[in-house]
Amino acid sequence: MKQAMTPEEIKERKPYLDWSLSEKEYDYISQKLLHRLPNYTEVGLFSAMWSEHCSYKKSKPVLRLFPTKGERVIQGPGEGAGVVDIDDGQAVVFKAESHNHPTTVEPYQGAATGVGGILRDVFSMGARPVAILDSEHFGEIKADPVMRYKLAETVKGVGDYGNCMGIPNLGGETFFDACYQGNILLNAMCVGLMETKYLEQGNASGVGNSVMYVGADTGRDGIHGATFASADFSKEHETQRSAVQVGDPFMEKLLLEACLELIQNHREWIVGIQDMGAAGLVSSTAEMATEGGAGMELNLDLVPQREGGMSAYEIMLSESQERMVICVKAGHEADVKEIFDRYQLHCAVIGKIIDQPRYILHHDGQVVCDLPVTSLTSDVLEQPGEEKKPARLNQPAAKWEPVVKDAGAILRQLLAQPTLADKTYITRQYDSQVRTNTLVKPGSDSGVLRVRGSHKAIAMCADTASRYVYLDPEIGGQRSVVEAAANIVASGATPLAITDCLNYGDPNDPEIYWELHHSVMGIAKACEVLATPVVSGNVSLYNENDGQAIYPSPMIGMVGLIKNYDHTIPMKPQNLGDYVYLVGDLTDNFAGSELQKLLTGKISGALDQLDLAKLHRTMEQLLKAEQTGLVASCHDLSEGGLATAASEMLFGTGFGLKLQVPGPISQLFSEPAGSFLVTVAKEKAASFTKQVPQARLLGEVTNSHRLEITTDDQVLNQNMNDLEKIWKEAIPCLMKSKA
Amino acid sequence: MKFAVIVFPGSNCDIDMYEALHTVLGVEVDYVSYRAESLAGYDAVMLPGGFSYGDYLRAGAIARFAPIIPAVKKMAAAGKLVLGVCNGFQILTEIGLLPGALKQNESQQFVAETSTLLVANDQTPFTHKYQVNQRLAIPIAHGEGCYYADQTLLDELERKQQIVFRYVNNPNGSVNDIAGICNEEGNVLGMMPHPERAVEAILGSADGLGLFQSMVEKQVQA
Repeated sequence: MKQAMTPEEIKERKPYLDWSLSEKEYDYISQKLLHRLPNYTEVGLFSAMWSEHCSYKKSKPVLRLFPTKGERVIQGPGEGAGVVDIDDGQAVVFKAESHNHPTTVEPYQGAATGVGGILRDVFSMGARPVAILDSEHFGEIKADPVMRYKLAETVKGVGDYGNCMGIPNLGGETFFDACYQGNILLNAMCVGLMETKYLEQGNASGVGNSVMYVGADTGRDGIHGATFASADFSKEHETQRSAVQVGDPFMEKLLLEACLELIQNHREWIVGIQDMGAAGLVSSTAEMATEGGAGMELNLDLVPQREGGMSAYEIMLSESQERMVICVKAGHEADVKEIFDRYQLHCAVIGKIIDQPRYILHHDGQVVCDLPVTSLTSDVLEQPGEEKKPARLNQPAAKWEPVVKDAGAILRQLLAQPTLADKTYITRQYDSQVRTNTLVKPGSDSGVLRVRGSHKAIAMCADTASRYVYLDPEIGGQRSVVEAAANIVASGATPLAITDCLNYGDPNDPEIYWELHHSVMGIAKACEVLATPVVSGNVSLYNENDGQAIYPSPMIGMVGLIKNYDHTIPMKPQNLGDYVYLVGDLTDNFAGSELQKLLTGKISGALDQLDLAKLHRTMEQLLKAEQTGLVASCHDLSEGGLATAASEMLFGTGFGLKLQVPGPISQLFSEPAGSFLVTVAKEKAASFTKQVPQARLLGEVTNSHRLEITTDDQVLNQNMNDLEKIWKEAIPCLMKSKA
Repeated sequence: MKFAVIVFPGSNCDIDMYEALHTVLGVEVDYVSYRAESLAGYDAVMLPGGFSYGDYLRAGAIARFAPIIPAVKKMAAAGKLVLGVCNGFQILTEIGLLPGALKQNESQQFVAETSTLLVANDQTPFTHKYQVNQRLAIPIAHGEGCYYADQTLLDELERKQQIVFRYVNNPNGSVNDIAGICNEEGNVLGMMPHPERAVEAILGSADGLGLFQSMVEKQVQA
């Protein structure tokens, strides 16, 4: 195989700069790691493996701030997915991953393969995927037909993949803001369940053991996907479509069943198993070898290929989907092959573990790569970014005081904002009930899933608070975690741990690196106080279009445990006459709120500090009340505040609420972190308030189907049927708009 | 009474069907691979939902050639009960055990929600525990669920009372609001809604139980 350029030509012409490898890195590799010039194939491997997407070279220094240990943590970050003990020898396995760049250029396939990739991360651990969540951030759709198309296709992509796999979608979020106009976000989260004894790791070791390739053929799709995800969008690069992969959920379903059959019935045949994700074959094999402290020799002629004439570079970097690497103990190759043959999947021995710590590739009768394994993985030069506090944060705008003349009109407008409006347009396209364990479908605070054969359930949610992170990265980071925890607690579950997708702009911009650093500090602090360690996650930087960065948008995916699913708490009031309590305090700070966005068209101002310890204490008290049967329903306050939360609780019921809320009416639209509306049967009121002392009685559940709230200066009195119509029709109507 | 749940490559509601029968109904049930060629020893065959062969080409079109299909046809001919749900219904039309065809939903979108069904015929082995015009809350989840039959066939289906379930709010554009039909003999039922997802109140509805109880009791009487 002729290399496209000689090592000298590469040094001279620097093609690696186009693959996002810097001259400094190239020199370091040549002079310090190899003591020679790398060849064309090797430079290609370095450029992918040293990309941010694979190496976390920029973000690693700040990721170390995350608390990753806890009583229940079995496996923290670094493997396919995090693993958390849920008692009885069972574990919940979960991770989220971003697929922002592919989804921006080709929404359907980008979203579909985003789901496919995260599923493989979970089942490569030996867990059965039981739920999918999706967090989507779009630009404004009102005047942008392309954005409407992207929304429709993204949703179809997420739906088609998960529906075909037969894995229910349990929720997520959809958020709209102009900052995502040129760079949408698609973060997919997968939750799996397993018997802890089947835990697998991405590990290759044992001289003479075989490296086996299973699943789909390798084609030219997705080459340089990892580096593609590690650079900004711009008009010059509009032809990056080839870097987007194409998904085949049917193939993945077969791969899932075959892998689980292998792991659960014949664990003794294998050493480790890993998904081929970003940077395909090179990344999976090099990481497995590094993990196992082993060397590896592969013959690329043995790799199943979809098309002829592929170069070593293309074979190694292809991001064709639905493929896995397995390290198989010598002598069991035929046994493993028999399983995959039965599922009509490719399965081939492509190499073996060797006794030197090297990564050697043969192709067409030649050695095309011979590197120390760790030069591709742990030797990557960390590059902590330069930091500078963003100018906008030095002098935050003066506190904004909303003028609310007609609270009813404001509420009606808020409910029609796509971020707040009914998401049935989306969730109706996702099968949320397959596998018949779904206790709470999307549309509530969290999705809740029964653990079959037990009385346990797990709750899960995905939350972002990007406007708050933009206004104050550290407090905003804290809020993101608090918001997720509030959703989990509202469903009656004890928060266990989180996964994250850290979505930011170009980290070479010191202001953006500062945002990353400080929001991670905020997330880390909140995770410590709320006792929800970070067990997995992903970083997506370079979310920019023509130099315009998105809001810093860390997504928090949280999982909680309900020990007795009879204590799952619904979001909607259950009984006429129940008392309604506010747990938490309304605020007069509207910085970053949906109300501010609605009335001023932008967000500004400084955020108030959060008292995390107090929030944690309140949530624990509320949880205890829920677990002892004192709570009839519960909903957390988020975008749009109390008025919106109260409306959401009443939609689809025949009930109304009659409340008395002290303070000005504007505060009904404030968005305090970690606050809840709770309904409680009258006879349990005394026990409830004893358990949750700061709960404040606001009123009761009525049968009028009206929302009536009296405040110090105004009365809000709305017919719920009118509000529900506005809320339900907003997104379908926007999707049909002609503008 | 012993049930077989056929597992095709890409079936994914096989577990739901199995659990409904095994755990909730407490009857004997086995998974049977699409590679098997006999269904001897079984009293009823269930073709579950999912995406057999990825729904490539057309839903159910490739499953038609699976090794198990002749045995399924034999069971139907012998008067045993055959139930196809969702993808199973699509397969039943593809293999000619039920007339008509299932097209892409009118909306061109996958639709997952709880539908309200009307029992149109309570005289079948699948529905004798229900009353005619009884309303049932049963989940649907499909992209190709728009039942089509030409006018001649429709008239015949209506005349022979082969329409077993109808939608109250047609979610997919099916002719005459058809959600499920049976063959002339009444021992083969195909339906897009998922009764196996409606057997536990805690999951939202137990209205599908009657269908399985009907099947079990029919066999007991025989």
